Amino acid sequence: MEKKLILRGVIAGAVAGLLAFVFARIFAEPQIASAINYESGRDAAQETLDKAAGLTPQAAGPDIFSRTIQANVGIGVGMVFFGIAMGALFAVAYAVCLGRVGNLRARNLALVVALGGFLGIYFVPFVKYPANPPSIGHPETIKDRGNLYLAMVVCSVVFLVAATWLGKRLQPRFGNWNATLLAGAGYIIAIGIVMALLPALGELSANVQEFGHHATETPLPLTNPKGAIVYPGFPADVLFSFRFYSVATQVLLWATLGLVFGPMAERLLSPAKQASADPAPVQPEPVGAA
Amino acid sequence: MSSLSAPAAATTPVVLPVSKAVLWLVGTALIALAVYYFIGVDQGAYSVFGKDMHIHEFVHDSRHFLGFPCH
Repeated sequence: MEKKLILRGVIAGAVAGLLAFVFARIFAEPQIASAINYESGRDAAQETLDKAAGLTPQAAGPDIFSRTIQANVGIGVGMVFFGIAMGALFAVAYAVCLGRVGNLRARNLALVVALGGFLGIYFVPFVKYPANPPSIGHPETIKDRGNLYLAMVVCSVVFLVAATWLGKRLQPRFGNWNATLLAGAGYIIAIGIVMALLPALGELSANVQEFGHHATETPLPLTNPKGAIVYPGFPADVLFSFRFYSVATQVLLWATLGLVFGPMAERLLSPAKQASADPAPVQPEPVGAA
Repeated sequence: MSSLSAPAAATTPVVLPVSKAVLWLVGTALIALAVYYFIGVDQGAYSVFGKDMHIHEFVHDSRHFLGFPCH
């Protein structure tokens, strides 16, 4: 049974990843292109400033893959494999939850697990450390940013599992509705404390040293030694659109995962009932109904 | 309403004996996490292939878009 569930999870994940890729290719790539154009323009402006100050500009590294490859093939491979990986994790979580988290139909359980994956793996970490387009993020802080992001992912997933367990424990005493609300409140409080304790990216020591105190690493306007702005800060609309589409892609991915996996799991878990229920309607027509 | 007032037979009473399925479940989870790591993290904060940047550069756009910190 677990092998069949995992296979279905991988299939649903591949479908979800493919859809996410098509969506990303249409909506994300223009934003990524704008961000890269901004970065190129800023680098050129910075180079002019450096030359005026008598500094020799450092040569940029060679591009391993062209933008065409990255924007058409690379993103596709990345999204599809991410979908497959999430589909496999989804199936594992589903198999463990099956029959252990209350009175849910196979299909409905799939949607609940998908919602958990969306929240735990992506959205709750996003609330603290949102997705950033190219040109946002200082290379020297990548290690800290990577660790902080993964810490958020681990905390949100572990707390979500704990909240599910807590809800089950509270259910006999408080009933389904209240136990779910209590467990949800516990999750929000616990993850809220973690979010309050983890530092903002702009407050990392390397950033404070170089740029002063800021909330994020989003590039501010570039100024010359006299303080005049020679290049604008990162365009706010590009940043918003990029993040909005990033969230939309994940909603699409997890929704597809749940909606494709659910019916397959239902058929797998109750094949006999489905076969007998389909030809004959369960409720007979009342006699004399016109 | 049918899904809310579903009879007990329509729910999911199947409980996998985790002790028997544990190898497949844990193995799948580990492979999935490895894929997650290579798409999202490797050759950024950490790198298992030293200074090589091929994976990072190839999945670059999806890494940004999936919300991971990237260079």
